[in-house]
Amino acid sequence: MDFYLTALLQGLCFSAIALGIYISMKIFNIPDITTDGSYTLGGVVTAVLLTNHQPTYIILPAVILAGATAGALTGIIHTKLKINALLAGILVMTALYSVNLTIMGRSNLPLINLPSLFTILNVVSDPNQNTFLILAIFVVLITFLIGYLLKTDFGIAMRATGNSESMIRSLGVNTDRMKITGLALANALTALSGYLVAQFQGFADISMGIGIVIVGLGSVIIAETLINWFKLTSVWLSLVLVLAGAVIFQLVLAFTLSVGVDPKLLKIVTAGFVLVIVSLPRLSLLKSS
Amino acid sequence: MITIADVHKIFNKGKANQVIAVNGLTLEIKDGEFLVVVGSNGSGKTTMLNLIAGSILPDKGNISIDSTDVTKLPDYKRSQWIARVFQNPLSGTAPDLSILDNFRLASLRTQTKGLSVGVNDAFKKQVQEKVASLGMGLQDKIEQPMGTLSGGQRQALTLLMSVMDSCKVLLLDEPTAALDPRSADVVMRTADTLIKEFKLTAVFITHNLKDAFNYGTRIIQMGEGLIINDLSGKDKTSLKQNDLFDWFA
Repeated sequence: MDFYLTALLQGLCFSAIALGIYISMKIFNIPDITTDGSYTLGGVVTAVLLTNHQPTYIILPAVILAGATAGALTGIIHTKLKINALLAGILVMTALYSVNLTIMGRSNLPLINLPSLFTILNVVSDPNQNTFLILAIFVVLITFLIGYLLKTDFGIAMRATGNSESMIRSLGVNTDRMKITGLALANALTALSGYLVAQFQGFADISMGIGIVIVGLGSVIIAETLINWFKLTSVWLSLVLVLAGAVIFQLVLAFTLSVGVDPKLLKIVTAGFVLVIVSLPRLSLLKSS
Repeated sequence: MITIADVHKIFNKGKANQVIAVNGLTLEIKDGEFLVVVGSNGSGKTTMLNLIAGSILPDKGNISIDSTDVTKLPDYKRSQWIARVFQNPLSGTAPDLSILDNFRLASLRTQTKGLSVGVNDAFKKQVQEKVASLGMGLQDKIEQPMGTLSGGQRQALTLLMSVMDSCKVLLLDEPTAALDPRSADVVMRTADTLIKEFKLTAVFITHNLKDAFNYGTRIIQMGEGLIINDLSGKDKTSLKQNDLFDWFA
């Protein structure tokens, strides 16, 4: 059972990345690969500041700022230099590998016996339940913030930018600036996942971000399938489903491991799982037509 | 007043597929004028409209609105004067957003879109009343995504959206080209009413010579990036539909 609890906790850690991908992919319609780098960046910044005994109120803004800078950079390359978004993301992600290595000074930084987000508050004696509680509060808070943002006038303009660019420009919105802001926001969220995961697993690693974009993507696609299924239009419900997607994704992976699949094959299982969710709606469509 | 002074625009300059879209165009559009623009394909009509809107910038020449030089202003800054209805009903609205959210954005065309929630009950009621005035029965559907509506309904709503915020100039680029005759008629009559009611300066591009004949206070014909016919006032009212057909002979 503990096995599934860990998966649930991991899912909550990844819900920030899922929200980030939801913003870049679904709201702005931009496939953003910066994710792999900005996630690691979040973890790396957290680890280095923690080992330097910095408090949470410094670490958290630093992580958000680092992620936002990475995202804004991708946004600027994409909009100002008119470079394909996918390529812009790959460029920044590649560069971030060196940045992360330089910040850390080594390829792996353990955080054993250091105080973390999960130890500053002790509400429940059981450490796993305590972690769950803190993560839950954290995730509810971000979801509320993002949900509120999307409901504001600025948020509506954001949603329109990815939906009908000609319309929103004629309504007085600088779409370049909007995309840069959006990518900054998405990658700040991604970096927050790195922040949570580094503290949850007790180390930061230079390769922790490899293929992580698929985790966010998988979560969003699970959510999208459900959204289309139930024909939902509510912003709040969509966000909740994205969170659910992140948890379901981790639970499915935990299940695969528990039935005895070789951990070496985990990434191929992940890719296969995402492929199945992506193609499922199309396959069922083929049958009915 | 919109002034276009000796404006040139060449696409793909120096290449084999070079197109001289607008070639030294000079035009003055007075306040409250309803200008109809006709001309064959490639005559520079849409380029002229895009130059006024700012979605393309001229190679040479000057454009000003209300004696403000806007030659180098991008489209999202010219939106403080200009509202647009596009040829493609999909371009003027955001399909995945609700009708209400679309109207919210339109009501902030000349203002900043800030970090407060502006869609409240009062705004909702205001939109419902406006939408009801179209007589399409859409007032009960304003929470629906824009994409669920037909092209005609979307064009009519785009027109209505243009007067949600202060508006001086209305640009209409073949707004009815993608519509069936009945919807086209509704959209054109809505446009005409709004232009008169809000005393808008309007530029209306069309290939439909009947509309060109029925609407507007001035008509120009474009050819090879220049104005080749220009009638206003009495000359426009006394113009016969057959005369228009002769322009294209």
